[in-house]
Amino acid sequence: MGNKSDKIGAVAVIGGGITGIQSSLDLAEMGFKVYLIEKTPAIGGIMAKLDKTFPTNDCSMCILSPKLVDCGRHENIEIITNSEVQAIEGEPGDLIVKVLKKPRYVDLELCTSCGDCTEACPISLPTEFDHGLSERKAIYKYYPQAIPNAFIIDKEGDGEHKGCVDCGKCVKVCKAGAINHDEKPENLKLNVGAVIIATGAQPFDPIIKPEFGYKKYDNVLTSLEFERILSPSGPFKGKIVRPSDQKKPKKIAWVQCVGSRDKSIGNEYCSAMCCMYTAKEAIIAKEHDSNIHPTIFYIDVRSFGKDFDKYIHQAKKEHKIRYVRSRLSEIFEDKKTKNLIVRYEDESGDLKEEIFDMVVLSIGLCTTNARKTFLDKMDLKRNEFDFVEVNPQSPVTVSRPGVFIAGSFIEPKDIPESVMQASAAASKVAELLRHSRGTLVKERKFPAEKNVSEQKPRTGVFVCDCGINIGGYIDVPNVVKFAQSLDNVVFAEEYIYTCSQDTQKKIAETIKKYNLNRLVVAACTPRTHEPVFKRILKEAGLNPHLFEMVNIREQCSWVHMTDKTKATEKAKTLIAMSVAKARLLNPLSDMEVDVTQKALVIGGGVSGMTAALSIADQGYKVFIVEKESSLGGKLRYISYSLEHPDIKKYLADTKEKVLNHKLITTFTDSKLKIIEGFVGNFKTIIETPKGEKEINHGVTIVTVGTQEYVPKSYHYGKDSRVITQRELEKKLGLAKPEEIQNGETYVMIQCVESRDNDRPFCSRTCCIQALKNAIKLKDINPRAEVFIIYRDMMTYGFKERFYKEAREKGIMFLQYDENRKPEVLIDNNMIVKFYEPLMQELLEIPTDYLILSTGLKPSLDNEKIAKMLKVPLNSDGFFLEAHVKLRPVDFSTEGIFVAGTCHSPKFISESISQAFAAASRAGVLLSKDKYKIEANVSLILEDLCRGCGTCVELCPYNAIELKEIDNLGHKMTVATVNSALCKGCGTCSAACLNGAISHLGFTDGQVLAMIDVYSNKGG
Amino acid sequence: MVINMEEFEPKIVGFLCNWCSYAGADLAGTSRIQYPPNIRVIKVMCSGSVDSVYIMRALLEGADGVFIGGCHPGDCHYLDGNYKARRKSVLLKSILDTIGLEKERVWIRWVSASEGQKFADTIKEMTEEIKKLGPNPISKHWNI
Ligand code: FES
Repeated sequence: MGNKSDKIGAVAVIGGGITGIQSSLDLAEMGFKVYLIEKTPAIGGIMAKLDKTFPTNDCSMCILSPKLVDCGRHENIEIITNSEVQAIEGEPGDLIVKVLKKPRYVDLELCTSCGDCTEACPISLPTEFDHGLSERKAIYKYYPQAIPNAFIIDKEGDGEHKGCVDCGKCVKVCKAGAINHDEKPENLKLNVGAVIIATGAQPFDPIIKPEFGYKKYDNVLTSLEFERILSPSGPFKGKIVRPSDQKKPKKIAWVQCVGSRDKSIGNEYCSAMCCMYTAKEAIIAKEHDSNIHPTIFYIDVRSFGKDFDKYIHQAKKEHKIRYVRSRLSEIFEDKKTKNLIVRYEDESGDLKEEIFDMVVLSIGLCTTNARKTFLDKMDLKRNEFDFVEVNPQSPVTVSRPGVFIAGSFIEPKDIPESVMQASAAASKVAELLRHSRGTLVKERKFPAEKNVSEQKPRTGVFVCDCGINIGGYIDVPNVVKFAQSLDNVVFAEEYIYTCSQDTQKKIAETIKKYNLNRLVVAACTPRTHEPVFKRILKEAGLNPHLFEMVNIREQCSWVHMTDKTKATEKAKTLIAMSVAKARLLNPLSDMEVDVTQKALVIGGGVSGMTAALSIADQGYKVFIVEKESSLGGKLRYISYSLEHPDIKKYLADTKEKVLNHKLITTFTDSKLKIIEGFVGNFKTIIETPKGEKEINHGVTIVTVGTQEYVPKSYHYGKDSRVITQRELEKKLGLAKPEEIQNGETYVMIQCVESRDNDRPFCSRTCCIQALKNAIKLKDINPRAEVFIIYRDMMTYGFKERFYKEAREKGIMFLQYDENRKPEVLIDNNMIVKFYEPLMQELLEIPTDYLILSTGLKPSLDNEKIAKMLKVPLNSDGFFLEAHVKLRPVDFSTEGIFVAGTCHSPKFISESISQAFAAASRAGVLLSKDKYKIEANVSLILEDLCRGCGTCVELCPYNAIELKEIDNLGHKMTVATVNSALCKGCGTCSAACLNGAISHLGFTDGQVLAMIDVYSNKGG
Repeated sequence: MVINMEEFEPKIVGFLCNWCSYAGADLAGTSRIQYPPNIRVIKVMCSGSVDSVYIMRALLEGADGVFIGGCHPGDCHYLDGNYKARRKSVLLKSILDTIGLEKERVWIRWVSASEGQKFADTIKEMTEEIKKLGPNPISKHWNI
């Protein structure tokens, strides 16, 4: 490793979808300068287009937009949109990324996003974001919540439609002077230490499959188009209508596996998420309109992920979604009604036809020629599917050092897996550039804060015209005059744009000149602009919390455009309310706690070891606690693997690295006794064979793994011919496999005692384990007959290739019906008896061996550890992360992370990815010696508290405890808030019957003052 | 005093959670969806932080209606603040009757960040409903 100055402390992240966003945020928080390079005019990627996300049906934009805003305002992130990477040159640690930046023709600094230009523009084109289902102008915003929140001019058009005609109308109406039609493309050269590629994959274009009638028939849509239709901000405002006649459809068909698992177009892999989003779209469609009857045409339902099976179950049982296992042959249109006739082959091979009002094609993800060329140009190896080739033992590492990858660019995958890999890639970068952390970021220095607590409130009110966006619909001079008349207001004035650079300067001057100690800005929404104004306060030496923002644009002028008098009245009241609140504002201090820059990893399996190594390679000390006598966890029982060439060697190497790492201390045969504390400051007592040991650490990572499930049925344990997959694997893995190889027939039953009422989840790994063992059997004993009896083959993503390999090797796949489990008859012979729905026949297979795929179950330790750490488990007993989609390795308790199979069953590579991800999230905290605490926390007023404990119960973050204090000789119990854990939701203060809790920034006094102003006098 | 129903413009105090409903109201703005100007929004961090005292104070001081907007069930930024808000509002409404106030004056609704239209529609509907109910009867007592 080099010296401090060797490597560049900056990173280029290519691709501004959720993956690139997460990598950027992690790295920027760790102290690296980030260039986030995006091809389109705004970040957000596919996720920004989605209506809801499975399996929680969260609103996609609600969970994404805080991340977009974080990226947009982060001091260490520079977003470069409309740009493409041309080349990456140089050595790891010191690379040059060449970027072609196309002109936007709108100045990001000056554009206030008012939209006047769009109004004036005479040119209309189809909207890319809505996939042509709506129109936009030649000057437009990519989507309403876009970051950067600015307009762009389309000069090129889209082939059929011409773009900007240089009429200059937009220039005339833009009061901010933000438009420059002469902007030229720029060639940027970014000097960085590492690159992360996260450009995603391309949604499949079904035009290549003419039998589906896409683009030929109006009412055949892709699933992504359907997401836009579902979206309340989409082309039809969330109403489900047919594009052909805007009528409400009743029967909608979804066709799965469009562009996936399809040899004819060379996509012989599964896209891994279509089964789930299809179920979601069908459920949501029905929720929107109960008259809709969804039908899903499918091959397999691959509900392999955490809580997926329950979701599909709900779709079928609660929402009565009709699932038809079938192969689709063709779609026709009834010319008159524009209805669609779907022709398909059903399970038994019969050809059928059915009429639908609308058909949605569940498209997969694929690569493109452009991507292939990109890979070649970047000197990255391609795999058999023309995606990028990765190292399965470090799934974000590619053939070129210094370049890392994440997300669907590697393999089709859903959001949480992409987010995990995003963090994983960030942790690899942090390892590589660890000596350069913090070298290229600037921390802004602000003048010391003036103490204004003794002063009377002197409030300044700044009212924005926002060009004509506010000024056109509200009588601003009148509002200003009113503001001047309010108590404690010593200054009020009107500005064309309060957020423009020169007004910002004026505000700073005004603060000084009038000695203001409270600031009220009446303009647009605080959600985007509050940070801008808070910074002005800081620069002027005022506490940033002495600020109130009044939203008179989004929530006044724009929604009351036809009644100027009433809009003006409303604006006045809103300002009076905020002035009343401002009067009662107190300076709040952003508190900090020290961070012990060490990590504790609980569990020394593959996830634990990987996380520990990555954190240690980032430069921090790590402790591993392992209850068994050696490291390795379940990996010790894996003899061979389809994906990992030499798994035994991998385990041995990893163990050795851990044991020899200077920064890692391993305690084997050890258990946790007590763990207490909070983010940055945990204190743990470990019971080791040599006695108790106390350690201090700043973060905790839970990687305790899972257990094999031991079956009760099928004579297991009673007949030696009945074994589990793991037992078979062990036997086959021996240098000289035992007699087991000499059988003639082997039957494997999938999903044994799993995916049912008692264990309602899929263990994800058993299908591949069965394939792996079946292939091995065939390799050793080619004459053996191997049957796999399954419900759904969960060979998602590129794992489909093993399914194919198994079929080619002559392994036989038969289905069984989940409601009619196979039976096993044993006397001297063993016979497996079951109903095969494809053949519609009752089959009997005599067999020498019966192998049971039983899956995993949560470790017995989970409950104990969950209780100790006060983190939740899901209903199956696996650890429950903070957010299924966007925080897949965090717990909602700050400073505690999860990885590996204790989170949910997964493969080795996936555990490794998740462990790297946890290492990255931990690295974010460990990179700082102080942890900043929210200022808007709750505060207990001990004099009023009666120690009833209501707040303790209600706090979602376990941030409140009861403690005993001494009050003038009387012992009393009061509540106390740990600010490091409090997230400032205010639930406690709302529930406290004694008014003993003050929610800082939203105190009862402040809120009541606002209420009184309006209820009493306000108009 | 004779109240002319035509001219009666209800005063509605709105509490919107920072994460979903406030964003939904913003989207109504960016999409220029028009709704009646009768609501004055107070931003709160979470619908769960709306103290019943706030609602009572607004009604006693003369507001004609109170609107609480939170994230959809399961979407609350703070896990389950919206459930707590719902529970509290049910309790509160049950006592409104006893003091001579219609419980229809307090609305609690879930509005997500992408439901600008729904926000506007809800406010429109609420304004109309409150117009039908007429002015807050209690505020008159307190004006004596
Ligand atoms: S944050 Fe929206 S309801 Fe809790």
